[in-house]
Amino acid sequence: MAINSSVSGDGKTLMIEVDGRFDASSLDEFRSCYEGGQSALAGYEVNLRKAEYLDSSALGMLLVLRDYAGGDKAEITISNCSPEVKKIFAISSFEKLFSIQ
Amino acid sequence: MNSVKTTDSVNDVAPVKNSSKAKIKILVAEDSAVDRMILECMLKKDGYNVILAEDGVEAVEKFEQENPDLVFLDVLMPNLNGMEAAKKIRALSGDLFTPIVFLTSLVDTESLVTCLESGGDDFLSKPYNAIIIEAKIKAFYRMREMNQTMVRQRDQIELNNKHLMQEQEVAKQVFDKITHAGTLDLPIIKYYMSALAVFNGDVLLADLSPTGSLLMLLGDFTGHGLPAAIGSMPLASIFHGMARKGFSIGDIIREINGKLYHTLPVGLFCCATAVDLSFHKKRALIWSGGLPEGGIYRAASQRFDVLKSGNLPLGVLSNREFNHTPIRYEMNEGDELFLWSDGIIEARKPEGEMFGEERLNALLHAKSPVADVFGNILKQVQEHIGDSDGDDDVSMVSLAMPNENVAQKILLSAPKSRGSLADWAMTLRLNTSSLKTFDPLPLLLNVISEVPHLRQSSSVLYTVLSELFNNAVEHGVLNLSSQLKSSPEGFVEYYRLRKEGLAELVEGWVTIDFEHQLEEGADGGVLTIRFTDSGSGFVKENDIERTAEGNLHPNYYGRGLQLIESICEKLTINVPGNKVEAIFRWSTDD
Repeated sequence: MAINSSVSGDGKTLMIEVDGRFDASSLDEFRSCYEGGQSALAGYEVNLRKAEYLDSSALGMLLVLRDYAGGDKAEITISNCSPEVKKIFAISSFEKLFSIQ
Repeated sequence: MNSVKTTDSVNDVAPVKNSSKAKIKILVAEDSAVDRMILECMLKKDGYNVILAEDGVEAVEKFEQENPDLVFLDVLMPNLNGMEAAKKIRALSGDLFTPIVFLTSLVDTESLVTCLESGGDDFLSKPYNAIIIEAKIKAFYRMREMNQTMVRQRDQIELNNKHLMQEQEVAKQVFDKITHAGTLDLPIIKYYMSALAVFNGDVLLADLSPTGSLLMLLGDFTGHGLPAAIGSMPLASIFHGMARKGFSIGDIIREINGKLYHTLPVGLFCCATAVDLSFHKKRALIWSGGLPEGGIYRAASQRFDVLKSGNLPLGVLSNREFNHTPIRYEMNEGDELFLWSDGIIEARKPEGEMFGEERLNALLHAKSPVADVFGNILKQVQEHIGDSDGDDDVSMVSLAMPNENVAQKILLSAPKSRGSLADWAMTLRLNTSSLKTFDPLPLLLNVISEVPHLRQSSSVLYTVLSELFNNAVEHGVLNLSSQLKSSPEGFVEYYRLRKEGLAELVEGWVTIDFEHQLEEGADGGVLTIRFTDSGSGFVKENDIERTAEGNLHPNYYGRGLQLIESICEKLTINVPGNKVEAIFRWSTDD
């Protein structure tokens, strides 16, 4: 399990990529990705292309990120979701809070 | 032998050194004693090693004994004239080039031409010119050396080639066994693979599954020769191993894809079509990636239905991005499925014209029905190829839906499901020290992935197991309250407390029970998951506030049990909540 982050080419979006399991065991790593004071960010993208499994604590972590990014004003995209992951997001009505792709 | 000097090119005019001249052996055959002596003197003065003969017969004898580098033959000699001697010497020297120069006092054009036509390489006119002789010897010696190098290299290549052929012969036997193993000899399967096909990375596998299906895979690795064929080894072993344990075609395809993705270099992959033909369900599940679309010949309508394709070949995408879901097709008695590699479309005439999709389609959609479609296509393709021995790697297979009697007979040889996990139960109890350090989820997922048909649900089952385990640890053993998680700060605090709680844990345990059973007819099964913990129960304080539809003020907790309920058929929380049971039901896709 590993989480990597980088700023997009235009400097506006923080790209966070999750590899392997996405749950509370990666909480600290996940938080340290965005809690670095990159003030000029307009949005976030969480890329789940390589995420194998996730549980409800991962959902909680995404909500904490949303809160950090401005709550209802946050621009967060969750990209490359597999059908199983999309289903989990749908059950929790996450598509109302995030842009899920 | 006597060549140590290597010659870089014909234009190399460097003088032959005296020391090496002594190594050049020249045979002079001349019946006139005076002429013989003159030539002998000239050559010896230049430092050559000279051997003499007085007539043609002696010339041939001396040639055999001394094996000279160069031969000077007088045209007119007693016993055997120069031209006859030249023929014999040519025959004796075999592959090795021995320059023969005729010595003649004749000057008319016709005689000189006859000299060359009878096997001479050049002529020297009397009286001799020392400079010309020297130049000719040098030139011919260079030619002889080049010829020797060439013969040596040719022999080396022949030897190498022989070794290669022997190696390929052994390798081919191995590959033939691997790629033709299983149950291809069943009466419902017709197949053809040309001699070159296997070695060019075509693979055809079939096996019976304990679920009562026939599984088949036709694959075509990119590239040619051994590098292409090498991938068929892991492919075949995964296919047969999983097929006989009862894994679904989707699971098998996914496993093969992952293996090829991780082992093959980029650019080497496998176009394939995989089939699960169920006799009693009268259907085929077909996954296709990269091979030309095959089709199903319908017995009733005598029409040909083209298969849908659309997946990338095996070994291109990681399993995370890979779609292993097959498409379902009805198969009635007498319907026949056809698959082929692109070799059949690209099969070439000696002049290079391809067989092409048009010809194939014309055969498939012919108005007047043909009794033996497979034989007919094969015949036309072979006639098209003719005697062309080009890159012909044609693979084609057909699979017919049998009637009930034949199906019964075939299934007698199917493996019983004994080899796989079907009816089983297990209990894992984590006591204090394990609970502090050990993460049981990978272990549990490993067990689940050994169970045919549960494996494909491992992603959702992970979510279920993770929720139940975390519930048991956090709310049971550690007695943490979810309400902590109602703010972002609390969320982080909650997980800090969890870490701290586990580190300081004095006593606690979690028991995990699994029970798995197949259902009647083996079309599905039930997995019962039970988590029991040492805590006093969480039901009261975990009184869940569900996120209402349209609620934009999210809760950071309370989603776990909801997720389990959506995935499992039934979730039972026994009051006071230290015992939770989830029932997960699966059935084969159709």
